[in-house]
Amino acid sequence: MVKSKPLAWLAQGLLYALFALIIGTFSSWPKYRHLAPEQALIKLSFTHHGKRVEDCRQRTPEELAKLPPNMRAPMQCQRERSPVTVEVDLDGQRIYRHVAAPSGLSKDGASTVYQRLEMLAGEHRLAVRLKDSAGGSDFDYRREETVTLKPGQVLVIDFNAEKGGITLL
Amino acid sequence: MAHTQKIPPAIPYLIRGYPWQHLGSLGFLFFWLIAVTGFYLFAVLDTSVEGVYSSIVWLTREQWYLGGIIRSLHRYAADAFILVTLLHLTREFLLGRYGGFRRFSWLTGVPLLWFAYISGIGGFWLNWDQLGQFSAVASAEWLDWLPIFATPFTRNFLTAAAVSDRLFTLLVFVHIGVPLLLIFGLWFHVQRINRAEVFPPRALGIGALAALLTLALALPVVSQGKADLAVVPGPLALDWFYLFLHPLMYVSSPASVWTLIAGITLFLLLLPFLPSSRRVPSIAVVNPDNCNGCRRCFDDCPYAAIVMVPHPQATIVKPGLQLAKVMPDLCASCGICAGSCPSSTPFRNVPALVTGIDMPQLPVEALRQALKLRLAALEGDTRIVVFGCDHGASVEALSGADVAGFSLICTGMLPPSFVDYAWREGAAGVLVTGCRDSACAFRLGSRWSEQRLLGLREPRLRFNAARERLCIAWADPGEEPELLATLTDFRRRLATFAPPPVLQANRLDGISPNTPETNAGTGGTADGQI
Repeated sequence: MVKSKPLAWLAQGLLYALFALIIGTFSSWPKYRHLAPEQALIKLSFTHHGKRVEDCRQRTPEELAKLPPNMRAPMQCQRERSPVTVEVDLDGQRIYRHVAAPSGLSKDGASTVYQRLEMLAGEHRLAVRLKDSAGGSDFDYRREETVTLKPGQVLVIDFNAEKGGITLL
Repeated sequence: MAHTQKIPPAIPYLIRGYPWQHLGSLGFLFFWLIAVTGFYLFAVLDTSVEGVYSSIVWLTREQWYLGGIIRSLHRYAADAFILVTLLHLTREFLLGRYGGFRRFSWLTGVPLLWFAYISGIGGFWLNWDQLGQFSAVASAEWLDWLPIFATPFTRNFLTAAAVSDRLFTLLVFVHIGVPLLLIFGLWFHVQRINRAEVFPPRALGIGALAALLTLALALPVVSQGKADLAVVPGPLALDWFYLFLHPLMYVSSPASVWTLIAGITLFLLLLPFLPSSRRVPSIAVVNPDNCNGCRRCFDDCPYAAIVMVPHPQATIVKPGLQLAKVMPDLCASCGICAGSCPSSTPFRNVPALVTGIDMPQLPVEALRQALKLRLAALEGDTRIVVFGCDHGASVEALSGADVAGFSLICTGMLPPSFVDYAWREGAAGVLVTGCRDSACAFRLGSRWSEQRLLGLREPRLRFNAARERLCIAWADPGEEPELLATLTDFRRRLATFAPPPVLQANRLDGISPNTPETNAGTGGTADGQI
């Protein structure tokens, strides 16, 4: 039992100090390092529509005649898109391969990829291949480059067909 | 005037009891501190990509005496909020307070954790320093594990060019909107709590705020370098209260963290429905013949378990007569309603005392009979009746040759007229105890009791009652020695008073007050032990 006021005040003060100590400590300590000091990071990310699984074809006049006048589009295209395959080689070793399925219930959406690839900083030979068509075995896009990554650097591999395909940012 | 003995709180009580019983209201306090400081931060925040970081840094450096302190208070209050919220959750869990009448409060509390974390983590992004960058990217990578985004959310943070001004406008909207949902959720959370404590006791609140202010002055929160998406941030002073999920994800996987979080959420939501070995106590029972619809039980119930319905005996003479109805799922079985019922008075001249609302496990009639029997067995001129509760300092140990201790479910179930009745039956004094107001197991039992006994609340102890023979002393478990000291002191004071009238009359008649004959005609026999 706390008979004296000073002792009660001291006990309460200690509790408040402990409270502040806990808040102050765990709001900034221990420090966290996400990536080891000698490492760099490659982020492979794109969102890209693969080519259509079947090529569009011209509708015949008979087929067009059967359609309502407002729906007589001359070309008929299947909705389904091809999956997009991507491969990444680093210094001659394949470090990533992924087949990204098209999104959507009708498989007519974009294929998306996001992948983190951690590696040692320094000079590397980087090769990226991407295939967005169903037929054939060859890749539609390729890029090979020597990159020098500083510690902690983030290199982004993206895809933009309008900018020539595979881009390094 | 009744003697209200303030037992100074013991150190174990300060550590074990006092702050822990106010974690919820401390959470409210920190929430409002976050809101008030947030208003100021919102006013000075530039939500453009280029301006968001520099506006916060300016505030921290150039206006450290105001903006800097406010920023630090905002962050530390947020940390304190999550800390007391998690402690509150843990405490309620350990005390088994998630089922039965507490199910509603428990279930409505679970989404609040999500709201707290969503708004808290979003706050770090708004600084757009390296910590905010790390948190944004990690959160986005975590969210992308769910197949809910057509385009990966992470692409918003892929390069500096991908981050737009509109993103921060959206983040501000989320950072303000989600706390609004939190307030709405908090309102639901306390719906079944009558007179919910939404602010802690003044001393505790001031102490907690002073602690945070001291911390803000001693360890001001600063930004950790401007965000640069071309670089992975180096060592970060991580706020582990909110951001612990990010390192956890990187040492495991997004799927593991989702599984963990979903599992915890599911467990918390299912917990109130799991079979429990706890005995379901009897709930309060209303006797329509003795209920006049006075609404006192309705007002006093700590858990809003009583509603008023039309009385089946309402007549043209008594139109609008109401009847108390107990909601079984909400009843805590505390008996505070029985103590509030005006028909619970033991002076009623009926063979068996039946009150308007009563507890089957401890009816007021059983209490009256036990009181008479125990009083009759006491000896000496300073016979004392002690009314306590099952959750406060034990009163059983106080019983002796001149002391009869009664442990009630809650002291709030004691009708004040029982004090008067004890005096009339030969008690020289009555000591009323129970858990402290701030620690009352049923929230309002000791508060209502004290107010009733001091004549501040209905039903009141008779106005001209001999209140100098009444001592009120609240004490928690572990404070039995202090309670015994209070009793000893009370006995000493009683010895200076004239013996109670009933003892004086018995002496003149040569009748021992301990014989059953002296109590004849005031009721039946006791059929239960208390």
